[in-house]
Amino acid sequence: MCKRPLEVEDVLTRVIVANGASVVTALQEIQNNYGYLPEEVLRAFSRKTGIPMVDIFNTATFYNAFSLEPRGRHQITVCVGTTCHIRGAGMLIEAVSRLLEIQPGEVTPDREFSLETVNCLGCCAFAPVMVLDGKYYGNLTAGKAREIVGRIREEAAEGAPEADEGESGGSREGVC
Amino acid sequence: MVEMTLNGLMVKVEEGTTILEAAAFYGVNIPTLCYLEGLSPYGACRLCVVEIGEPGSAKVATSCTHRVEDGLVVRTHSARVMKARRMLIELYLASCPSSKIIQDMASNHHVTRVRFKQRHEDCILCGLCVRMCAEQMQGKAIGFAWRGSERKVTTPFDKKSDACRLCGGCMYVCPACRSRCQGPQAEQAVCNACLNLPQTDRNYLFFDNAVCEAMEPPGGAPKKMTNRGA
Repeated sequence: MCKRPLEVEDVLTRVIVANGASVVTALQEIQNNYGYLPEEVLRAFSRKTGIPMVDIFNTATFYNAFSLEPRGRHQITVCVGTTCHIRGAGMLIEAVSRLLEIQPGEVTPDREFSLETVNCLGCCAFAPVMVLDGKYYGNLTAGKAREIVGRIREEAAEGAPEADEGESGGSREGVC
Repeated sequence: MVEMTLNGLMVKVEEGTTILEAAAFYGVNIPTLCYLEGLSPYGACRLCVVEIGEPGSAKVATSCTHRVEDGLVVRTHSARVMKARRMLIELYLASCPSSKIIQDMASNHHVTRVRFKQRHEDCILCGLCVRMCAEQMQGKAIGFAWRGSERKVTTPFDKKSDACRLCGGCMYVCPACRSRCQGPQAEQAVCNACLNLPQTDRNYLFFDNAVCEAMEPPGGAPKKMTNRGA
């Protein structure tokens, strides 16, 4: 998920070529690349396309899917829609919160995980649902959720040193 | 020209105008907070609601965004409309009691109490400043951001904007930030001091009860509908 980000200009060129002036798809592209919406990139996007900055900021703050703050390397989203709520989303959140020691909306101090809630993911048949790095996990219990997150955390702890030792080591801050 | 019925009178109105403009042309004052001549209508404050259609099957719509059409039947101050407006004013008072414009409106509409939790906001999200900045000043320095209860008017990233020329147009049009007069009851949420003035001194915005009743369909007001059935 966290590739080495492209240069701002490259991203913008790609975004504009692919999407014309559609703000939402452009913001999605920027967010996919940086993991969040950095202020300088949004301002550069505004300058390049001529779309007023207020309109971009309006859209960027309107949708829950966009974040103006850097998020964790692994993104955990727990659905708290009606069905998931009834089938125990609260317990999932509590389990994950305790395991990672963060509240929904926060990022772990090592920037590995961020936890968010969402109002419905549209797959109520699998309730309660949790999404980890774009992969959906359904019919969860608190125990299963803890197991999944714990496994990813162990993998991250093992895999991270080699991956981070390389060129991206210095530039990690503010990137993912 | 189209022909429509305005408060029981057949009137001729130029095509393409809104009900609000047509009513103003014929001297009927409809209260608004988010409308300003020269800016695009927005339909945010809902105070300009009027009743449209034959009694019994009438619907309530915002007159600032509704264009006139042939055979349109409009009642601008029927009991149903006045009830809706009073409720709205009460809600505005609950959120923004420091505004003179809203306090005056409350006095003019006999809103004498607030049954909602009292807050002290300085914005009613009418969007006048945003439209002023974009449409008249070509500034686009301020806009809406965030969503739901978090929604507010701000500059991008809450920082001083390069697009802002400090023209002050946004403050000039704001209905919420003109502070109220310091009457004898200035510390209370609802002032209503103007209610003590003789009636002729008041800027009476609405018809008195006799006129409202005259506009009711024969046989009294339509039966009240609730979402719980009859």
